[in-house]
Amino acid sequence: MSILINKNSKILVQGFTGTEGTFHATQMIEYGTNLVGGVTPGKGGNTHLDKPVFNTVEDCVKSTGADVSIIFVPPSFAADAIMEATEAGIKLVVCITEGIPTQDMIKVNNYLQGTGTRLIGPNCPGVITADECKVGIMPGFVFKKGRIGIVSKSGTLTYEAADQVAKAGLGISTAVGIGGDPIIGTTTKEAIELFMNDNETDAIVMIGEIGGGMEAEAARYIKEQGNKKPVVGFIAGQTAPPGRRMGHAGAIIGGAEDTAAAKMKIMEECGIHVVKSPADIGKRMAEVMK
Amino acid sequence: MNLHEYQAKELLKKYNVPVQEGYACNTPHEAEEAYRQIKTQYGSNFAVLKAQIHAGGRGKGKVKETGINGVKVAKSGEEVTEFSQKLLGGTLVTIQTGEEGKVINKILVAQDMYYDGPSERKEFYLSILLDRSLGQNVIMYSTEGGMDIEEVAHNTPDKIFKEWVHPAGGLEPFQARKIAFNFGLSGDAFKNCVRFVTNLYKAYQGLECSMLEINPLFKTADNKMVAVDCKMGLDENALMRHPDLSAMRDLSEEDPTEVEAAKYNLNFVKLDGNVGCMVNGAGLAMATMDMIKLSGGEPANFLDVGGTANAQTVEAGFKIILKDPNVKAILINIFGGIVRCDRVAQGVIDAYKNLGNIHIPIIVRLQGTNAEEAKKLIDESGLKVQSAILLSEAADLVKKAVA
Repeated sequence: MSILINKNSKILVQGFTGTEGTFHATQMIEYGTNLVGGVTPGKGGNTHLDKPVFNTVEDCVKSTGADVSIIFVPPSFAADAIMEATEAGIKLVVCITEGIPTQDMIKVNNYLQGTGTRLIGPNCPGVITADECKVGIMPGFVFKKGRIGIVSKSGTLTYEAADQVAKAGLGISTAVGIGGDPIIGTTTKEAIELFMNDNETDAIVMIGEIGGGMEAEAARYIKEQGNKKPVVGFIAGQTAPPGRRMGHAGAIIGGAEDTAAAKMKIMEECGIHVVKSPADIGKRMAEVMK
Repeated sequence: MNLHEYQAKELLKKYNVPVQEGYACNTPHEAEEAYRQIKTQYGSNFAVLKAQIHAGGRGKGKVKETGINGVKVAKSGEEVTEFSQKLLGGTLVTIQTGEEGKVINKILVAQDMYYDGPSERKEFYLSILLDRSLGQNVIMYSTEGGMDIEEVAHNTPDKIFKEWVHPAGGLEPFQARKIAFNFGLSGDAFKNCVRFVTNLYKAYQGLECSMLEINPLFKTADNKMVAVDCKMGLDENALMRHPDLSAMRDLSEEDPTEVEAAKYNLNFVKLDGNVGCMVNGAGLAMATMDMIKLSGGEPANFLDVGGTANAQTVEAGFKIILKDPNVKAILINIFGGIVRCDRVAQGVIDAYKNLGNIHIPIIVRLQGTNAEEAKKLIDESGLKVQSAILLSEAADLVKKAVA
């Protein structure tokens, strides 16, 4: 089944006719993604990349039956775009946009409560189900088909992990880039949960970084579930100086689980195969899968 | 983006948040004039001189050159002259600045709030920030004001209260009352506190702060509630909506190399190590730093060149890293996705030739789209650049370079 997206997913692009939207939509179509149309307010009725353009997400959904949206609109308008997709009943919204103001995301986060919509991102590379569907900006060829799931806060580090997994003779079921912003739609734990329940995924690579408590939350969940599937973990930022990004008071709320060392310790205690070097992700996964 | 105390207080006043009033001064002469103003306005011979730098711990910190503390109470015009001369232009070292300290370009000459009156004076702590796990803003407060809040949190966690603000409704009146009750206030002080907290939250929202800390939040002897100190951070992503706030950026407070890097859209953070690095993507950049450490080196910087690693950005990156005399080797780690590796390789070669005099080993690891072609380009360039495709190969090359 893979998770989140597959060859039957119908994708629409918000910010379809812009530079970014055009470039990545072209790449997605080349990958074989079932891209059914796009939205650019004011350009409805036109055709772009041989696909119909609509003024609103609602119009696009009505005409095409789209159930997944990918967002490439600028930061000032991105929150609005996410809410528009939610209102139109889109099941999965992937927001690539980087630099959305925090207050906007607080609003979006609240807006999503109780709806049937799942948000991935913002500030993320997107989601890819190998050989089926790419809803993101990642280089598709790196993701060889297989049975390993990847969840990661970072873009290029996801590609790195996928590449190492492939070189170790394994492959990817689905890879999810959840994004590195303070407020994101889908947490590490939620993505892990999806993989744990996916019969096409045998093991998981979990990549985190300093800040926040998401990795610890995911690790505890994995343990509670009886370590159903093996998880290889890496935390970026073991050498990052403290206090560079978080304010004075933030360090208290985040608590002791903020540093790479603390997260790695919790993950190890929860039975995750933690690697210290990013170069060892693939190797370790191969050992675990023997 | 951080603001100075004097800037933050000006902004708070626009939201009717009472602050300790004062004047920002660049010279001892201006300080003397400010003192005269304060004396007539508030009828007190006391004034507080506060160094304006982007770091906490100023009161206990000391100016390197003159030995004076970063916050001083002056009891006369003469003392204002003396203290302002000893502060302005000096280098203030506090627990947060590191040994190098920060140069004081401005001081705030402020009114004295610790005057006598009918009731007891009190210091509280109050801050507003984002609770990431809930995606909501939280007000954190304590009766233990004027102290290092991290210490309070560690020693007496029961003295720290939290009030979460609902994202749809905003701060409700009952929440503001609860805070004032928990402070143990009554009468006028209670009413003033409710107003203070309500308006402060409006300021936090209106200015789109990332963090707003009032320490101490001060109850005067005549029951006023006043922000005596204020630390304000603004959400950089929201600055596009606030050009007036953007204009308040004080670049002299930031690392000059980081400011220069930002001009080229490079995300750079200076560190103390001996191996420089240039990477695409923040996560991979942090992971590369970790790998340098595991290979026996110490990362000299964090540098994310973003999605467009071309000859210009690579050259700018080289120049910035090479400014640091401690750098013994540079590792370039690019995972080419949309960016083609052969283009990046050509960029590295061009930049290397343009700069001419690079005397330290350069290790280039290019993986992803056209990685093989890229390696060939580097290997055949005749330059003293070592190439790798696998991350583990790059790690071995770093190991050799720092051995």
